[in-house]
This record gives sequence, structure tokens and C-alpha cells, in this order.
Amino acid sequence: MSNEQNSVSDILEDNTYKYGFTTDVESETFAKGLNEDVVRAISKKKEEPQFMLDFRLKAFAKWKTMKEPEWPNVHYPRINFQDISYYSAPKQKKVLNSLDEVDPEVMRTFEKLGIPLDEQKKLANVAVDAVFDSVSVATTHKKKLMEVGIIFCPISEALKEYPELVEEYLGTVVPVGDNYYAALNSAVFTDGSFVYIPPDTISPMEISTYFRINTEETGQFERTLIICAENSYVSYLEGCTAPQFDTNQLHAAVVELVTMENAEIKYSTVQNWYAGDKETGKGGIYNFVTKRGKCQGDNSKISWTQVETGSAITWKYPSCILQGDNTSGEFYSVALTNGHMQADTGTKMIHLGKNTRSSIISKGISADYSSNSYRGQVKVGKNATNARNYSQCDSMLVGDKSSAHTFPYIEAANSSVQVEHEAATSRISEDQLFYFESRGISRENAIEAVISGFCKEVFKQLPMEFAVEAQKLLTLKLEDSVG
Amino acid sequence: MLEIKDLHAGIDGNEIVKGISLAINKGEIHAVMGPNGSGKSTLAKVLCGHPSYAATGGEILFEGKNLLEMDAEERSLAGIFMGFQYPVEVPGVNNAEFLRMAHNARRVSAGEEEIDPLDFDELLSEKMKTLGMEIKYKERNLNEGFSGGEKKKNEILQMAILEPKLSILDETDSGLDIDALRVVAEGVNKLRTENNALILITHYQRLLDYIKPDFVHVLSAGKIVKSGDKALALQLESQGYDWVTTAN
Repeated sequence: MSNEQNSVSDILEDNTYKYGFTTDVESETFAKGLNEDVVRAISKKKEEPQFMLDFRLKAFAKWKTMKEPEWPNVHYPRINFQDISYYSAPKQKKVLNSLDEVDPEVMRTFEKLGIPLDEQKKLANVAVDAVFDSVSVATTHKKKLMEVGIIFCPISEALKEYPELVEEYLGTVVPVGDNYYAALNSAVFTDGSFVYIPPDTISPMEISTYFRINTEETGQFERTLIICAENSYVSYLEGCTAPQFDTNQLHAAVVELVTMENAEIKYSTVQNWYAGDKETGKGGIYNFVTKRGKCQGDNSKISWTQVETGSAITWKYPSCILQGDNTSGEFYSVALTNGHMQADTGTKMIHLGKNTRSSIISKGISADYSSNSYRGQVKVGKNATNARNYSQCDSMLVGDKSSAHTFPYIEAANSSVQVEHEAATSRISEDQLFYFESRGISRENAIEAVISGFCKEVFKQLPMEFAVEAQKLLTLKLEDSVG
Repeated sequence: MLEIKDLHAGIDGNEIVKGISLAINKGEIHAVMGPNGSGKSTLAKVLCGHPSYAATGGEILFEGKNLLEMDAEERSLAGIFMGFQYPVEVPGVNNAEFLRMAHNARRVSAGEEEIDPLDFDELLSEKMKTLGMEIKYKERNLNEGFSGGEKKKNEILQMAILEPKLSILDETDSGLDIDALRVVAEGVNKLRTENNALILITHYQRLLDYIKPDFVHVLSAGKIVKSGDKALALQLESQGYDWVTTAN
């Protein structure tokens, strides 16, 4: 038995949050607090056009009249929004001519995280926009994308270079007053990514954004806007990590996607924000995110895939508005909670057009003392004839102190709709692992096999490297929670 | 091959096996019989390294190595196979994939390269044909929704793939109808060689009509109270366990 002790403690060592370091860079950070002057100062700092300031002020006015939502199945002390700094940026020269001018400390941070930013090396055929605290620090492969007419840049840059595009679409999927956190984001967001795929274009590479929160008392409010024109396709990846702090950091992002006729956006996320201390639950990110896509043109498609493994609290419902006829929306999710994590996540599929289809595959894994809720809404409008939805929500419990909850809501306003819902709960047990071990298979491989079996339908949606990474991440996180 | 010396073992501090000694050579089949609670299953679980069962005294040597210092994974890799009484269901894990993982774990531990999936499929098809098993066993998930008989057949398939030196079949006959029993027993017989050995743990003698043991041991209250050949099993069948347990 001594061997087993060794291997478990080895793995435990691996299992400490390896992204928990901070980077020592000189940064410019606003004093804590939020009022209209702060909103104006952010806009001024970023030299934004007037419409953007108006957008922010409208959102801020709206936010002040709103209340934090209390319906999610999560519990945490009230956030003091005056105790957060709303702008923090690594100090650097105003305009960067090349990646060489990025603060080497910042570059090293991303290297440590395994994100290749060095355009010269072109290691991976993936274009990356790296967002450090509130500011985009590096965007790779821009030129190559521009050759086919694809715009991929920080949203702050898009506001300067392509203001009419941003103005046309920003807030059209998630209106400024949509919900409490979206309103806050609309008022104070500092950066994020902007992607425009012109008509008849298949993006020659995966496009990705990598988010990093570095400063302790800064909130990260990024904004992503992706527009995919007629007959075009893009696959977009998003990754997130943060250092370990005893205090909680707020991450309130908004992502808006728009597809025109026959276009398709595939959006994949592997979220591994710091989840707080496993034993005490102290610290960790509050991940309050609004993600929504609109299938505006006929025959278009939006697909969300998420692997949520981090954050102290997750509140997130990547959704699709199926406005065009024959449009389809997909949601594939694996949400893992362990330690004292709480997740309330799911999706909304709003069917407005005729013959619209949506499918929802949700896999929740809860271990230790964590709580994992699926919340999903399928809403079919009266003109959405022949709409179809298939939902499958499975939960897996590890140990006997965790909990899983399912809250499906279905609303259909016409009678030609077909809706199917399946749900199942299973358990990963010591007996299962022993069975594998008794066949000479290591405990680690056993957990990996059981978890990847459970998450099969979701993992196969992810780009290859992401799928491998996601599977490893889940295995490491669960290694010491089972038995 | 296997030498058990004055083994004491139990679960949660309760001693159930109270001094068993037994030697098994290659090529031999030993049947361990006994009434419920006599320690048969505890013996099986201690042999395969179930973490809930602990040896409290004595020793077990497998090919000269101290088995009690090895965990379940190492014992399997060393060539011990346990056919479970109640094989666990593992939803989502494909049966053929599972078999390939197990087969590869053995190859890697022997310093060989992992088998190519296509080659493995061929190997698996061959073994399944030998055992007379339907193709569905490849496609289904590991024991998920299997009937009692299907689960036991699947255990024998695993045994065929792993080619163990010593197999312990724990109440493999329980819950099987006569047809399933025959298929399972024929499978076991086909896997016999002069180099491997078998321990059959069973309550009833009917399994022994199909798999002929060289030795029969009767367990009572954690000890072997009588050993003999096949005739002993028949005698037990006609006279009941009281005959041996009271005779001592």
C-alpha cells in the first residue's frame, strides 16, 4: 500500500493550482470606487469615440437602478462595488510596433501559462489575443488574418479603427440593461477581443483570447464581440487563469456573437480561474458572465462548448437567440466543481424563427463540498413553427458531501414544437476504481477513463489540443476527491 | 506458485479468516467451498488486494514475492486475476476500450509497446470467437445494463485478454442459469494451460461438474476444516456442510 500513498501525494502536489503566481509589472491602477467620473475616466483613458461614452453612461445609469440577482443557487457575501478598482493596465509605451516591446515580465507570464505569443515562432496555428488585467497586451497572427480580410484585435483598438462596426453591433445581443453584471460590464469594460469575419470566408486558423487577472483588487470586465458575415465560419477559443489571492476577485465579462446568413461560429472555453482554497474556500474568482449569440441570418449556427473547472462561484448561461429561419444553437458543457466551489450554469435557447433547432448537452461533476446546478431555459415563440429542442443534463457525484441540482424551464407558445429532455445522475465510486486497478490499470487512468466516458459528447466538440488539456485538467482536479 | 501461510484477515477490525494455509502449483485447480460467512469471499478479496480488507497475520507469497506488500494494480500486473461475484457497472466507458487499457497496462509494465487499436481489435475478436461471445460485448459500455450472466461472461473475456497466471473466480456460478453456467465454465476450461492455476470459490458443487478441480478445500469459521479431491465436493452435496463442520 505504500506505493499508492506515494502516487497520491505526488499527484496532490501537481494538483495545487499551478497558475497561482503573480507577475511583478509596473501597472497603472485607478483608485478603488465606482461613480460616473470613473466611467468617464475609463472612456477618456482609452480615447473612445462619443458613442462609446454615451453607451457606458447609459449602462451605468441603468446599473444604479438594478439589484444583484438573488435567484441563482449560490451563496456569498454581498460584493462591495466601491472596494474594487475598475482599471489596471501594465505600464507600457503608447503604441507597440511589435511584440518585442511588450513588457518582458508580461510576456514571461504568458509563456509560463503555455501561451505562445511569439509571432516569429508561429508554434501553433492559433491566433492569440492576450488580455492582462484589463488590457490587451498582445495579439498574434494579425497580419495573416488580415490577408483574408479577418479583423482580429483588441476591442479598444477596434473602437478606434472600426468604430462604425462596433457601434452597429455592440449591445445588440446583450443590451446595456440586460442584467446586473452585464450593465456593470457595459459601463466599465476596459478591453477584450473583437473579431470580424467578412462574407464567404473560412478562418484559416483558430482564433483565441487568453485572459489573465494579475492584480489583487482589480475587477476584470472584458468585452468580446464576434461578427461572422454571410457564408463564413470561425472557431474561437477562450482560456482563463488567475493568481491565488485570499480575497475574491470579480470577473464580469460580456460576450456577444452575431451570425449572418449561412454563417457559423463555434465558441469554446476552458475556464480555470482560481477557485479558492480547497479546504477553507477562502479566495477565488467570482465568475459572473453573460454570453449570448444571435443567429440573425437564416440557416446560421452558433455552438457553445464550455469546460468550467475553476472559479469560486460561477454564474454563466451561454445562450442562443435563434432569430433566422432554420437556424440552430448548441450548448455543450462540462462543469466541474470541487472544494467549496459553487456553480450555477446552463443555457437559454430562444427560438424565434421557423424550423429552428437547439441541443443542450450538460455534464455536471460535483466533488467534495461543492454545489453544481444546471439551469436551462428553452423558449419557443409563436412564430417558431416546427422548432425542436433536445436537452440532456447528466450529473455525476463524487463523494457524499457534494450536491447536484437541475432546473430546466420550458416555454412553448405554439403547438408544432418538439421538446425532449433527459436527465441522469451517476456516481464515480471507489468500487469502480478498484475494478480498474484489479485489471492492472492505474487509478489516474481509471479516473480519466470514467470522466472522459461521462464527458464524451462534450469533449468531442472541442478542438483536439483543448480536449486533451481539458481531460487532464479534470483528472487532476478529481484525483484526490475520489475515495 | 502461490503459498498462503497461516493467513489471518478481516474487514473493519473483524477477523474473518483465522489461520489459512494453502499451496497452489501451476496447472492446478483448487475449489474453495464452505457455508456463507465461512471466509471464502474474504480470502478472495485479500488475495486480489481489495483496500477494505486487511491481512492481520501470516503471509502470502506469489512466485516468491510478498503479495501483501503489493497493491491491487501490481498484483494484477504480476499475473493475478479476480473474477468478481458482483462486477461493477461503469457507464460511459466502452468495454473494448477498457479491455485495451488493461491489455496495454500489462504490455507497458512488461516493457513492451502499446498495441495498435486495430491489432487489438483483431485479438479481441479472436478471443471472443473462442469463448463463443456475441459482438455486442465490444460495443457496449463496461457491464452497464448487463444481466448477471452477461457480467460473468464479461469477466471471463477479461481473463482471456489478460492471460493471468492465477485466476480467482469468486462465486462465478451464483445467479447463473444452467446455460450461462455452461458457457462460462467452457470458457474457463478453454483458458486452462499447464502453466496457469485456478481457485474456484463456490458455495455449490454444480460448477464443479463443469470445471473439474484437483483439490477441494472446505472452509468453516475462517479455517480449512477438510481437504480432499473431487469426491469431497460430492459428499458435501449429499450430506451438507454440517457434516464437516461438526465432524471437527
